[in-house]
Amino acid sequence: MTETSHYLCIGCPLGCRLEVETEGDEIIEVRGQSCKRGDTFARQEHVDPRRFVTTTVAIEGAPWPRLPVATAEAIPKHLMREVCATLHTLRLEAPVELGDVVLRDAHGTGVDVVATRSLGRR
Amino acid sequence: MRFDVAIVGAGVVGCAIARELTRYRLHVALIDRECEVGLGTSKANSGIIHGGHRAHEGSYKGATEWRGNQLWDELAQDLPFGYSRIGDLTVAFDDGDIEHLHMLLDQGRRRGVSGLELWEPERLQREEPNLSHDVKQALHAPTSGVVNPYEACFALAENAVRNGLTLLLEHTVSAIERRDDGFTVTTDRGVLDARFVVNAAGVHGDAVARMVGAEEAGLRFRKGEEYLLDKRLVGFVTRVVFPCPSPTSKGILVIPTYDGTLMVGPTATWSEATDLTTSAEGARAVFEGAQRLAPGISEGDCIAEFAGVRAVAADEDFAIGTTRVPGFVNVIGIQSPGLTAAPAIALDVVELLQGEGLGLEHDDGFVPGIDAPIRFAQLDAEEQARVVRGDPRFGRIACRCEIVTEGEVLHAIERGARTMDGIKFRTRAGMGRCQGGFCAWRCMRLLAETLDVEVSDVTKRGGASWITLPRLEVEHA
Amino acid sequence: MPDLQPWQLERRYDVVVVGGGPAGLAAAVGAREQGAERVLIVDRESEPGGILQQCIHHGFGLHHFKEELTGPAYAQRYLERVLEHDVDIVTDAYVLDVDPTRRVSLLSGRHGRTEVDAGAVVLAMGARERTREAIRIPGTRPAGVMTAGFAQKLVNMAGYLPGRRVAILGSGDIGLIMARRLMLEGAEVVGVFELMPHANGLTRNVVQCLHDFDIPLHLSTTVVRIHGHDRVDKVSVAPVDEALRPRMAEAWEVPCDTLLVSIGLIPDNELARALGVRLDPVTTGPVVTSTMETSRDGVFACGNTVHIHDLVDWVSQESQLAGGGAGAFASGRRSSADNVRLVPGRNVRSCVPHTITTDREHTVFLRVTKSLAPCSLRLGEVYERPLRYVVPGEMVTLKVRPRFLQGFHGGNLHVDVVPREEAAA
Ligand SMILES: Cc1cc2nc3c(=O)[nH]c(=O)nc-3n(C[C@H](O)[C@H](O)[C@H](O)COP(=O)(O)OP(=O)(O)OC[C@H]3O[C@@H](n4cnc5c(N)ncnc54)[C@H](O)[C@@H]3O)c2cc1C
Ligand SMILES: Cc1cc2nc3c(=O)[nH]c(=O)nc-3n(C[C@H](O)[C@H](O)[C@H](O)COP(=O)(O)OP(=O)(O)OC[C@H]3O[C@@H](n4cnc5c(N)ncnc54)[C@H](O)[C@@H]3O)c2cc1C
Ligand code: SF4
Repeated sequence: MTETSHYLCIGCPLGCRLEVETEGDEIIEVRGQSCKRGDTFARQEHVDPRRFVTTTVAIEGAPWPRLPVATAEAIPKHLMREVCATLHTLRLEAPVELGDVVLRDAHGTGVDVVATRSLGRR
Repeated sequence: MRFDVAIVGAGVVGCAIARELTRYRLHVALIDRECEVGLGTSKANSGIIHGGHRAHEGSYKGATEWRGNQLWDELAQDLPFGYSRIGDLTVAFDDGDIEHLHMLLDQGRRRGVSGLELWEPERLQREEPNLSHDVKQALHAPTSGVVNPYEACFALAENAVRNGLTLLLEHTVSAIERRDDGFTVTTDRGVLDARFVVNAAGVHGDAVARMVGAEEAGLRFRKGEEYLLDKRLVGFVTRVVFPCPSPTSKGILVIPTYDGTLMVGPTATWSEATDLTTSAEGARAVFEGAQRLAPGISEGDCIAEFAGVRAVAADEDFAIGTTRVPGFVNVIGIQSPGLTAAPAIALDVVELLQGEGLGLEHDDGFVPGIDAPIRFAQLDAEEQARVVRGDPRFGRIACRCEIVTEGEVLHAIERGARTMDGIKFRTRAGMGRCQGGFCAWRCMRLLAETLDVEVSDVTKRGGASWITLPRLEVEHA
Repeated sequence: MPDLQPWQLERRYDVVVVGGGPAGLAAAVGAREQGAERVLIVDRESEPGGILQQCIHHGFGLHHFKEELTGPAYAQRYLERVLEHDVDIVTDAYVLDVDPTRRVSLLSGRHGRTEVDAGAVVLAMGARERTREAIRIPGTRPAGVMTAGFAQKLVNMAGYLPGRRVAILGSGDIGLIMARRLMLEGAEVVGVFELMPHANGLTRNVVQCLHDFDIPLHLSTTVVRIHGHDRVDKVSVAPVDEALRPRMAEAWEVPCDTLLVSIGLIPDNELARALGVRLDPVTTGPVVTSTMETSRDGVFACGNTVHIHDLVDWVSQESQLAGGGAGAFASGRRSSADNVRLVPGRNVRSCVPHTITTDREHTVFLRVTKSLAPCSLRLGEVYERPLRYVVPGEMVTLKVRPRFLQGFHGGNLHVDVVPREEAAA
């Protein structure tokens, strides 16, 4: 028995409609992509969808009250909200540098969350 | 505290009465439910000081229009608000219209309105080249003017406060009781006593009259939608332009506001007292009407829209007078031209109160003026440089569409602005084409810092008009 | 962030750049590289970076830095480059006016109301958002109706939330990105309503911002009325017919406390207009030459103030060119005059720059009027190239090389994008 799953490719703005044909756990065919990135995306999306997460963290003593942060790599999609919830409990102190780790190994993903800008003291 | 007079309603009528009363040695309270003065109909109208020739003879409206018109010059000398006598034109497209022009001309001349003149198409096209070339004749009234009505309210109230007025904002009057020696006025924030009460409650005039058992005016409500156009059209038309009324409508006007931007409207449809909605049909009627007068205007130029509600008495006239309740004076049903007439109405009401037994003793300490706020954008380069040297807060732009500085916003707060609308109507910040997209954050921050509250406590216009939530509330929900 | 402000402004700069967003930053670098000694950037915000500072999502810099950065990171990286090039930056300073002699009037708390003379000026003021009023939604005017970009600033920088239950009008990228942000911040997004039959933003944003969060996207649907006295309490929405007129009989109500409006950007061109620069009625930005010079001598323009970009990398590239033009102008060098006028032809909405030369390579940015796939791009009779697809929401970038235009000797050159079958025929 083969099954077909449908995805929209996020590899580039074209947004190809992808079809992943599986038999049991095995991917037999990927269709609909216009380039190789689509194939890679479909295979990843089918077994382990991942996303980058960007949000902000509270920071004291800086010109702005929030510091923008991002996961250094894509993390499993279903963990997005939990990671954000954890980040929202943090309280940082300025100064922070671009690239500083604000949360190590978020939720056991092995992925760090880093500052995406520097914020000096007010 | 016992007041000599309590005025319910701080629209232009209530504010004008309050200021007039502060010329005398009296304790006066001006009460309004809103968090700023003038937020009722007085903020949402065409802003025209009618020429004096328009309102029907034999009515209270007709009697106060021309008197009120003449009093605005003196007010504008004393107080800082946008006011300019730019004149108006009533335009005729056919013979029936031309007859109407002659009727207005005669009516105006009988009343003593000066300078009325009929213009032939040639003259009209020279003076107003963007008006329709189908106009057959026009009546020019140089006496007509435009005013920023909310600025007038702010200035009247601020001056009255300076002369001893007690201004009670965010006080909703819920009951008025006649006692032997006066009235007890109950509000949601306390009770006060007053010897006389003036009902200037706008669309709620009947409700307030009912509280004390005074005559009602049979108020019905006629909504008017108005549409403001982009700066691109500044100077496109330089005088207020009226069509001749048809049996069904007074017609859509083109109004160069005091600030130069054009406004088109108003519609006139029966509505609820509190219906401030604009509608697709209203817009269609307004732009069709405006294009008939000035074909170059297009709906695409609209940058803002609003609606106001006229309180219309059963007989369509103002209901001003003493009532069967001694000491309780009605000033209700003040539809158009109520703004024009307000200064005259104020004088009449003082007289009525005197008739009811209010003693009037001049207060020699009365100061007719207040300091004019700085309007940075209107200064020349040298003056601007001087102002910024004196106070660097004038060196920071808060609103970029209208070039309003942080200094002006802070002054507005010092003078009583408590809300984003309060700032907007005092300084113009947020009125331009980006409609607050840039300045809203700056104004919110300045309000919060100056009033020492949280940014999330800042409202658009009081009540439940919050703008942001503190994030914690949502995070932990 | 170091205090970048010079204590004293010079009376004269070779190049003054108005706006310190990505366009202004790149222009300053371009100007220095083309020989301008003294370069000044003026920005009205408290730090440079423009709109990027609030765009905390990924998607910036793939072309330029070869990695996907967030907006603030892109701005910071670029700012470092600018500082290496020894450029003066004044922030919290607003340019009030640029006159035809290139005297720039500015206003700042620190420097007061002053004027500086510029050898050349670069206009890089960015864009502003279209508001509710631009599309005239009837109803009340309560608090809670705001542009998506304003909400983005509130959430990402100021740390406040615009509401608990949010409806979004328009499926532009800003609106989509805000839908995800709000969900991650604990608010509920009840739906995105789009007038057109297709999403305006990129598919990748539809997937990552809406599908990932089960937010419904209602196509061919618009908001027809706003309700609520003090604060929004609901909106009425209705499907539209082919002519985009709402079918009111089928309208329904959506309870919400906030309506975000995400219906596009328009170039901020007040200064250009006041200066009497010729504007393109379609882009509403200045008409520019191949070096991004406007119709006023020595006044250049770039970035969103010229036409709305979706990729910041192209902003940087275009702006470096504009800055280069300004630097050369200020140093007394002028390149050969353009001899080709690009005319938007079939299915093409706009072309920037408006003129080019036949003797150098140029990057030309096109916007198309409708989606076509596959299709062909044609330059008059002289050049044709196949494209996989074009969509209105995405700018088409074309490198025009001298050899494409061999056999073309100047004048009007029509730019068409046509369906492939037609091209073959
Ligand atoms: C669309 C439109 C266009 C117009 N154009 C013109 C024009 O061009 N020229 C002209 O002369 N006139 C014009 N008018 C008429 C003019 O606006 C009104 O005549 C005038 O504003 C009436 O002022 P007011 O003070 O009576 O009422 P309002 O300004 O409505 O003031 C009444 C006040 O009473 C308060 N209030 C009510 N009940 C209570 C309570 N229980 N407790 C406490 N406070 C209460 C309200 O909050 C309100 O602030 C126009 C009107 C409309 C609607
Ligand atoms: C919400 C949003 C999301 C985006 N997402 C992406 C994305 O994912 N990937 C991507 O590549 N691109 C994205 N873009 C596009 C890209 O960010 C813009 O095209 C780019 O920022 C435009 O740069 P700019 O310098 O022209 O304008 P801006 O960034 O707007 O900068 C203009 C600057 O000029 C200043 N200014 C204006 N007028 C004056 C004056 N009179 N005096 C002084 N200063 C003035 C302003 O303060 C501002 O700092 C996004 C854009 C937006 C709005
Ligand atoms: S398959 Fe390739 S072309 Fe299609 S959307 Fe994905 S990356 Fe783009």
